[in-house]
Amino acid sequence: MGRYSAWEIIKQGLTGNKGWERAWRDPEPKARYDAIVVGGGGHGLATAYYLAKEHGIRNVAVLEKGWLGGGNAGRNTTIVRSNYMIPGNTEFYEFSLKIWENLSQDLNYNVMMSQRGQIVLFHSPAGRDAAARRLNIMRLNGIDGELLDREQVMKMVPHLDYSENARFHILGAAYQPRAGTARHDAVNWGFARAADQLGVDIIQNCEVTGFLHDATGAAIGVQTTRGEIRAGKIGVAVAGHSNRVAQMAGVGRLPIEAHALQAFVSEAVKPHLDYVIAFGGIGHFYISQSDKGGMVYGGDLDMYNNYAQRGMLPVVHDVHECVMQVMPSLGRARLLRSWGGIMDMSMDGSPIIDKSPVEGLYLNCGWCYGGFKATPASGFCFAHLIAKDEPHPAGAGLRLDRFRHGAMIDEKGAGATAWHH
Amino acid sequence: MLRIPCPYCGVRDQSEFDYGGDATVNYPALDASEQEWFEAVYLRDDPKGPHTELWRHARGCRMWIIVERNTVTHEITGARPANPAHAEVLKRDFELETT
Repeated sequence: MGRYSAWEIIKQGLTGNKGWERAWRDPEPKARYDAIVVGGGGHGLATAYYLAKEHGIRNVAVLEKGWLGGGNAGRNTTIVRSNYMIPGNTEFYEFSLKIWENLSQDLNYNVMMSQRGQIVLFHSPAGRDAAARRLNIMRLNGIDGELLDREQVMKMVPHLDYSENARFHILGAAYQPRAGTARHDAVNWGFARAADQLGVDIIQNCEVTGFLHDATGAAIGVQTTRGEIRAGKIGVAVAGHSNRVAQMAGVGRLPIEAHALQAFVSEAVKPHLDYVIAFGGIGHFYISQSDKGGMVYGGDLDMYNNYAQRGMLPVVHDVHECVMQVMPSLGRARLLRSWGGIMDMSMDGSPIIDKSPVEGLYLNCGWCYGGFKATPASGFCFAHLIAKDEPHPAGAGLRLDRFRHGAMIDEKGAGATAWHH
Repeated sequence: MLRIPCPYCGVRDQSEFDYGGDATVNYPALDASEQEWFEAVYLRDDPKGPHTELWRHARGCRMWIIVERNTVTHEITGARPANPAHAEVLKRDFELETT
């Protein structure tokens, strides 16, 4: 398979576009691999890619029960940012954003990374203080961030509701210029193609139904709907179903619950919004405009345990109230589609990349709302953990045992969080 | 929209209720081991299918109830007043009778 390039596009264009090859193979599973990654979402594919690229482990299979992009990798609002302030998260998400910035070149696949900037509005003096504190912490960690006053926000995004009648007055915003969006399907396909080119077998329609253990209890393989597959090491990256797979694998229960998060896209409209906007503090709402013109937005969880990939109407109502508070100009736009993804809600709102108590089994889970932006760093750190049996420095804080020790990464700073979700 | 059959008020919209999580969690004694508390506070079965869960009729009778709901289909197969210990706390702290 060749590289994608401008020259290739011209050549194929002149020959009727008949020479394009499929982007990745469709191999039969082998009986044994050096490593298996369970879960062919963005995180699993990125893990396989970095196992092959960074650690030379190329005899790898990614097992996906459905099709690539059918889970959360295709069910998000595509926002990429690194405005986190709790140690453990801060360095991890900034590490991720740095990989995003060169990801298209690295994968030879256009992931349409658009660093359009993210504007997080605040509506009160207390909100301003919180934004300033967050930005100061980010800047001390070498992350870009600026505090905007009301006039600056009005200039950058003139069509928000700045009127006297606004229920929540916009006093300013926290701005991260390097944040933005990327195309979620392209991220999946790009990692899949790049991993495949390095020898990784991507096996779709292959659901893991059980785990094989040796006499010591170590995991040595998996049972699947396409037969038994053995492996030296097994990485599990199945956010949304982590607790199910962990219990199946003998790891036991995880500090995670599955919840549905909805996202929405409107009909396409003319270019209208140059930034990612988040409405913080009052309500929960984030919106950007896709390259096709649709307004892409989302809000809160449905707030009860949920494995159905669809949402309920109360949250649809809440989110659209936020639309009308922030951007009343969208009041006449029609909702085109909505969808739900199953989030791995961890008990502190932060992810887990760690060894499991079962020898040979590694966990990548608990991504809550933040999985998409984490995709490349998650794969990078997880591959490092699987290959070297020690955490990568950027992901070293994301430990499974932090709940037991009370060392939680409570990004919201809202106190005890076992009840957060 | 879930339609939850409150044992006190009858069938009402989900938007009248707050969710209270897994109702099968038993909190241990205050002097129980850290391991027991860790398991009760943080670890969850998180089942895909039938789930026994707490809801509070916050914008209704304000009672805690236990609902049997399927986490995939959202089918609700039962609802009853929350456990006696919970009712005890409500009665002690809020003077709410749960009879």
